[in-house]
Amino acid sequence: MYKQLKRYFPIFVLPTLIAFAIAFVVPFILGLGLSFSKFTLVTDATFTGFDNYVRAFTDPSSNFIPALGFTAAFTIVCIIIVNVGAFALAMLLTKGLKGSNAFRSVFFAPNLIGGIVLGYVWNTILNALLLSADRTLLYKPEYGFWGLVLVVSWQMIGYMMIIYISGINNIPGDIREAAAIDGVNKRQSLRHIILPSVMPSITICTFLTLTNSFKLFDQNLALTNGGPANKTEMLALNIYRTFYNRNGWSGPGQAKAVVFFLLVGAIALIQLRLTRSKETSN
Amino acid sequence: MKKRLLALTLTALLLFTLVAACSPSSDNADNTAASGEDVSGGRVYFLNFKPEQDAAYQEIAKQYEAATGVKIKVETAASGTYEQTLRSELAKSESPTIFQVNGPVGYSAWKDYTADLTGSEIYKHLGDKSMAIAGSDGNIYAVPFAIEGYGIIANTKILDKYFALGGSKASSTADIKSFAKLKEVVEDMQARKSELGIDGVFASTSLKPGEDWRWQTHLVNVPMYYEWSDAGIDIADKAATAEIKFQFADNFKDIFDLYLNNSTIAPSLTGSKTVDDSMSEFALGKAAMVQNGNWAYGQISGVDGNTVEPGDVTYLPIYIGAGGEAKQGLCIGSENYICINGKASAADQQASQDFLAWLYTDPAGVALVTEQLGFIAPFDTFAGDAKPSDPLGAQVVDWNVDGSNTNVPWVFTIFPSQQFKDNFGGNLLLYAQGQMEWSAIKDAVIADWKTESANAE
Repeated sequence: MYKQLKRYFPIFVLPTLIAFAIAFVVPFILGLGLSFSKFTLVTDATFTGFDNYVRAFTDPSSNFIPALGFTAAFTIVCIIIVNVGAFALAMLLTKGLKGSNAFRSVFFAPNLIGGIVLGYVWNTILNALLLSADRTLLYKPEYGFWGLVLVVSWQMIGYMMIIYISGINNIPGDIREAAAIDGVNKRQSLRHIILPSVMPSITICTFLTLTNSFKLFDQNLALTNGGPANKTEMLALNIYRTFYNRNGWSGPGQAKAVVFFLLVGAIALIQLRLTRSKETSN
Repeated sequence: MKKRLLALTLTALLLFTLVAACSPSSDNADNTAASGEDVSGGRVYFLNFKPEQDAAYQEIAKQYEAATGVKIKVETAASGTYEQTLRSELAKSESPTIFQVNGPVGYSAWKDYTADLTGSEIYKHLGDKSMAIAGSDGNIYAVPFAIEGYGIIANTKILDKYFALGGSKASSTADIKSFAKLKEVVEDMQARKSELGIDGVFASTSLKPGEDWRWQTHLVNVPMYYEWSDAGIDIADKAATAEIKFQFADNFKDIFDLYLNNSTIAPSLTGSKTVDDSMSEFALGKAAMVQNGNWAYGQISGVDGNTVEPGDVTYLPIYIGAGGEAKQGLCIGSENYICINGKASAADQQASQDFLAWLYTDPAGVALVTEQLGFIAPFDTFAGDAKPSDPLGAQVVDWNVDGSNTNVPWVFTIFPSQQFKDNFGGNLLLYAQGQMEWSAIKDAVIADWKTESANAE
């Protein structure tokens, strides 16, 4: 059977491969080439070497480094809040409490709403709350930062919670039972039984939060649109605006996009390696 | 091992064919003329900028086909995505033959793709030839096709109520001929807003990012016009406008402060307001004035519970206390310029020119423009009294033909980039929230202008 599968592997993989090539590999290679060129139309470019990369990083009006800083801070805060929150909810909702299923649905629901809509809804809510202080979400960059954290946590916690719930439910009952008989208390059980057993879930959840927060665009656009004065501009929004809002900047915009890809790829690989090493093989 | 090799060669082959299949098609756009297409026919593809006019253009295309048998393809970019759409459409082999640019800056981004229009019918019939955009070789590459005007739109019902009050600072809008007078009237109205039944004189100053163009583009147009006209600088002169002094920055501050401090909302709340919010405040009679142009009439009349009748609106020029302001008119100009794709085949370019000539010079086309598109076209084939049906558009025509005023042209079409405008808007928000000094804004505007215009080269 295995041999048969192996034999027809190229045929089975072909449709996916074609789709992958058209939608990813080819545009990526073209994009890589464009990042070293000066162009207005993507079909009509002249090679300029590393000029675009230099401009993307060194031009003071590029805002790439500040956006990177903001994005990094945002991502770290989100990873902690989303994962701790989701794990806590998952623990709570696997205790067999009444109405657990209803609560699971409620917490999952925000994830079904698109980012743009969420951003506009929360923009209205937060501005209405801040109205009492005669301020708006754009009063200070900190407001926008925590506003974004709030929206993204609210959206992602439910999804991560579902992953943690399935992880916790998959812990074999006999381990817990044996531990209980041995007189393990709650803290020890969490530290030495539950956490190591849900390590695969932690890997996938941190991976998802990390990449989703790092690549965040919709919520950023809808909630603050980078304001005040571009201080809450995240990387994806920065790249988009560089590419479309400035004359002669499509090249540096493309260069930024390539750097962005490398960053996301590198961070995700490092993170996977780190958390994988902690996974137990059972 | 053999199998793996097979799989590898297969994938390599696949990738290779894909890449190979992709590249020649992308070259097509450059040399369509070489291919043996039907030369007599010619293809017309118009990429339209305004979504609200899509239906009108489809109707025009139908009429043109009925009249001449030539099929016109009209596509419309979604609101706010014209630049993106144009980029991707122009890269296709079936690229647009007619597209729009928003002025000299838009032209400079697309100058490699525009055809010479010097000998075209539409340029010949253009009323004011100086409005067209010339390239560095002196030939004409973009022709304006719609004129718009903005100023301070005022609700005459509320103003008349104020003029009738005892001790009012003016007795009619004709008295308001300077910034000093405007300020006096506005501040008095604001003080007596409860008597007038309004929340504030000016509708909220929308400073939400992306909603701030009325200030960072339209309002600053007035001081920039005075700066260049004072110095006798021709705005087509790129070297002379590569840097600015922002000489009338304090005048800008005066009018901007007037908007901020005599408004329906506190200045610190402006970051949450959109243009729509402002226009509905005006439409609901909560504000007496709002800075906007004739395009906004649809927005005013479309608001649920609108209390503003067509006869209730009038324009005041945006006085900033500079120049000979007693004669200052509205800001009238165009940021709708038409270009023909210079990389399209000769037949396509000719067909496109024929279509434009028909639309703007043939009586049938002229009638369609006035009735369907409803804009003020700057061609001599349009009678001076052919007014659009909305009251604001009609008043723009009146201001435009009234020789006793000096209208302010739209010089913002040479503002160096969207980034410049966005930075300025962001700083204005910080100023409104009391977090940035005016002098710092002035410095930032001057510095940003310099960097962004250097970038555009």
